[in-house]
Amino acid sequence: MFEEFTWEFIVGHLNYWLFIVLMMTGLYIVVARSNLVKKLVGLNIFQVSVFMLYISMGKITGGTAPIFPTDMKVDPGVTYSNPLPHVLILTAIVVGIATTSLALALIVRIREEYNTIDEAGILEIESTICRAENQLHGEAMGGRA
Amino acid sequence: MLVITALTVVRTASLFAVVMLSGVFSLLSALLLVTLDAVDVAFTEAAVGAGISTVLMLSTLALTSRHERPSKLSPVVPLFVVLVTGAALFYGTLDMPNFGSADAPAMLHVYPEYMERSQHEIGVPNVVTGILASYRGYDTLGETAVVFTAGVGVLMLLSGLRRRREDDEDDDGENQRGSG
Repeated sequence: MFEEFTWEFIVGHLNYWLFIVLMMTGLYIVVARSNLVKKLVGLNIFQVSVFMLYISMGKITGGTAPIFPTDMKVDPGVTYSNPLPHVLILTAIVVGIATTSLALALIVRIREEYNTIDEAGILEIESTICRAENQLHGEAMGGRA
Repeated sequence: MLVITALTVVRTASLFAVVMLSGVFSLLSALLLVTLDAVDVAFTEAAVGAGISTVLMLSTLALTSRHERPSKLSPVVPLFVVLVTGAALFYGTLDMPNFGSADAPAMLHVYPEYMERSQHEIGVPNVVTGILASYRGYDTLGETAVVFTAGVGVLMLLSGLRRRREDDEDDDGENQRGSG
């Protein structure tokens, strides 16, 4: 397995590895931090690194941006990078900002309701409410529940 | 640079600084996208990622709090999850073609056809614009639907905000009057 790790292979795959490191940093922020805004920033980092992963697949060494000369006389000697990932990622960026804004609105609403944007704080409040309700229902059931 | 910015985001507790760093991250990634020949994407990323989303996050911070409470969770389990996922992804990249190679599978099937046909059929010099508006027009339509839905959702979530606040203040005022 290790004989394929030639110098050329390593240099050719460095870009993927860089984006994986970025992705995992974003994922770590999402999983380990309990502040909701920070989670969202982590999610953004994850998203952008996925975008860059896709774009880097469309790159051709020595190629140029996929824009023809304005007189449309295309020189067959010029290589252009693959425009299809660009198109897909353009759509994805706009959809990403839409979901981000929705999440931010949700955070504002959560803060209004719970007066905190910290996940641990929300869980605390929720469990207090739950305990109070259980006690209430328990008394109503005559101490059997 | 990107990695340093991302790691700083992990360490920083001030949310204002975190939001600014996310703007820096977007701008750096836009620069990287330019070097990867994706000028349209870089343009959008700089405008949307560094511009609009930073403004949105700042306005959220203005409505909420600015500082992160120190986390009581242990970092071991998340770190384990992240490392396992990262290892799996790393294993997946071993089959990928080398960066920038012209004979990668992505370059052999659809790519030449699109490049060839968009010269005659569309006549727009920018191939990305041509594909986005013509061949994949329905994608853009769906994207518009998504953005519209998100906008309606945001409006519905935030529309009662001011009214509810005034109600709260009224309640507080009445309570104070009652106690006083």
